[in-house]
Amino acid sequence: MEPIISFRNFSFQYNAQKNPTLKDINLDIYPGEKVLICGASGSGKSTLGNCINGLIPFSFDGKISGKLTVDGIETKNSSIFELSTRVGTVLQDPDGQFVGLTVAEDIAFALENDCVENETMKRQTLLSASKVNIENRMNNAPQDLSGGQKQRVSMAGVLVDDVKILLFDEPLANLDPATGKSAIELIEKIKNETGTTVIIIEHRIEDVLWERVDRIILMDDGRIVSDSSPEKLLRSSLLKEYGIREPLYITQLKYAGVDLNNVEGIDSIRTIRLSEADKEKVRNWYARQDREDKTNVNDYLLEVENVDFKYDESEQILFDINTKIKKGEMLAIVGKNGAGKSTLCKVICGFERNYNGKIIFDHEDVTDKSIRARARNIGYVMQNPNQMISQSMIFDEVALGLKNTGLSEEEIRERVYDVLKICGLYSFRNWPISALSFGQKKRVTIASILVMGPQIIILDEPTAGQDFRHYTDIMDFLDELNREGKTIIMVTHDMHLMLEYTDRSLVFADGKLEADKSGSAVLCDPELVDLADLKETSLFNIANMTGIDDPVDFVDCFIAYEKKERSHES
Amino acid sequence: MKVRVLNYIPKESFIHSLSGTTKLIIFLSFSFLCGLSFDTRVLLFLLFLSVLGFSLSRIKLSEIRIMSTFLVVFIVMNAILLFIFNPEYGPKLYGSRTLLFHIAGKYDMTLEQLFYQFNVSLKYVIGFPIAILFISTTNPSEFASSLSAIGVPYRVSYSVSLALRYIPDIQRDFSEISQSQEARGIALGKDVGFFERLKNSAKILLPLVLTSLSRIDEISNSMQLRSFGKKKNRTWYMKKKMTVNDYLVIAFCIVVFVVGLIITNQGGNNLYNPFVG
Repeated sequence: MEPIISFRNFSFQYNAQKNPTLKDINLDIYPGEKVLICGASGSGKSTLGNCINGLIPFSFDGKISGKLTVDGIETKNSSIFELSTRVGTVLQDPDGQFVGLTVAEDIAFALENDCVENETMKRQTLLSASKVNIENRMNNAPQDLSGGQKQRVSMAGVLVDDVKILLFDEPLANLDPATGKSAIELIEKIKNETGTTVIIIEHRIEDVLWERVDRIILMDDGRIVSDSSPEKLLRSSLLKEYGIREPLYITQLKYAGVDLNNVEGIDSIRTIRLSEADKEKVRNWYARQDREDKTNVNDYLLEVENVDFKYDESEQILFDINTKIKKGEMLAIVGKNGAGKSTLCKVICGFERNYNGKIIFDHEDVTDKSIRARARNIGYVMQNPNQMISQSMIFDEVALGLKNTGLSEEEIRERVYDVLKICGLYSFRNWPISALSFGQKKRVTIASILVMGPQIIILDEPTAGQDFRHYTDIMDFLDELNREGKTIIMVTHDMHLMLEYTDRSLVFADGKLEADKSGSAVLCDPELVDLADLKETSLFNIANMTGIDDPVDFVDCFIAYEKKERSHES
Repeated sequence: MKVRVLNYIPKESFIHSLSGTTKLIIFLSFSFLCGLSFDTRVLLFLLFLSVLGFSLSRIKLSEIRIMSTFLVVFIVMNAILLFIFNPEYGPKLYGSRTLLFHIAGKYDMTLEQLFYQFNVSLKYVIGFPIAILFISTTNPSEFASSLSAIGVPYRVSYSVSLALRYIPDIQRDFSEISQSQEARGIALGKDVGFFERLKNSAKILLPLVLTSLSRIDEISNSMQLRSFGKKKNRTWYMKKKMTVNDYLVIAFCIVVFVVGLIITNQGGNNLYNPFVG
């Protein structure tokens, strides 16, 4: 069979960069295959995708050497338009690629550009919409849709073209865990119904492997370092070596000393079959773990009492929220999009004022205090650092909040330097912010909040879009701040963050606080997982499979063990 | 959550049923004629048509309260300023001076000035309802297609549609950015002076521009990947088919426009002058 995509000694270098981003790629993808391309940030995986859909070289300038053919045509002699009728691309951010004013117009966009006549266009649009089950939302505006629905619209928008290849660039990055799972299921369904070749670029391997994948391509530093079946890759230690998180159940089985070569169906938690001997190994591992007692502080720093909230003339967003947060806690707020997580944070920070109920900070009622008054005690770090940064130099950005506090220049400099040292940014202090990477920018924004000396720091999605390595960097840094006494609250979709780094989780669903317990207890509670659109951890399945009767404790042991392992490594 | 000043108000009416192109032609021909003509008879006729159109659209005054209040305030302010800065323009224009009464200093009230200002106000009274009518009866999705139908290149007209699409997003960015700046002690509220606030507002600009720029990058990629710009033309999903009514209304507009211009230019200038017998 002829490959539908074929890279031959292919290299690519962006004009703005010194070194090639893709180096000597040789890769064949065959019609009907489903291929996962993974790699850490900067490994070149998105660049590889952009070569296939024609954004390279037609939108991003650079130098190509070698050859790439897609469906029989060599891309550099083609055009982005010719390629777009063969390759349908669903980009990462479902919101950013929604061009139309309504669902129908957005789906029809490619047809409009192709001058398709009105009657035909309406028929094809509806057909495409029904493939992704969005046909009863045709007249909705993007603001009225959830992230998952927007992503479906994007899928329908490329399906109108009868493409042969579907390319998904980090489809899970902006979705809550349950929606991510249904996205993966939908991709599988479309593939089965249309027979298209599917390429998924993603670093969250465990989530993608929920449905069968034929092959995984692992990239690092612009090269393909592994091209094999999922089973073979999971049995190796390559994922860890190249900064990608292994599926948790795989890591656990490795810890327990199970020989993965003899285990069947290891590519998904749904298909794995453990022998009696292997189950025994897992149970033995569990029996060997010792548990640490956590010290208990009993002083409350932040109390939320009976908080109700609604915007004018719209549905109520928060219903009677009550919670108390202790000094020095590290806490996750989880739940589906629109469940009220961010709104609660905004209420706590004073961004939203029209609420009923009380906010008490350190035994003092701050309900009527302004944003600025509260900001001295409670800092808020937004998800996107670009939304916070208003200065061009790092020092000025961090110093900004101190300018109006009456401190002298000397004192300001001293405090800024101290914070920059804590954040590992001291050596960059005279750099322009534009020279920093995304992760470093994130640190600058955390520094700019830290400098105000708040006792509580609230972070919205601190690790969104970060690969395992950067995720670990940011989280270890927050962990350190926490150990130095800061109380940290994080809004997150990342189930592993909640498991690994937090003492406690507040679970929201439809504006109500549904649960308040440890991350492991949350993820071992299938009903709660369902209610709040979360995703069970595969460790829970392993515990069930091996007959361990306290899965929560099993998960806790795993997390503790993993932390120890990691500190040995570093 | 937000007060909408101008927006599409969906209804079933004759005006709503016309295609966007027709409404754009009504809007353009009326505003041109209204802008060119100082002929009171023509203006009064246009006023009649604009009121007629308004009642046909079934839009209630209460639905456009903010705009109509603004209109009244604007016309009154404009009339007062016009009089203060140039109280003798009317007599000069019409070549006669009929004193009504003396006010103070150099200010006299003359019939000619009154008539001149009446005409100016009339123009606004006609123009505004037509503009409001166009905006509130045309589905924003049809906006771009109607621009393109009268010959505006589709790359330009589509940007109108994109702007409409992204206004809510940019509003949300703006409010989030200002909240986070405020939390860092940048005063934007009412507790500081106007100039301090203005200066601080500038600090929101950089993050807003940066986020918008990265948005634009992504949109343009996404549009290219779906063949935007592939052909010389494009079709429009939301375009309404032209009906007999559309053609009749367009023909009527052209007749009004041409006849209006002829009447206006009868006396060699664009004035209707009742003062020279």
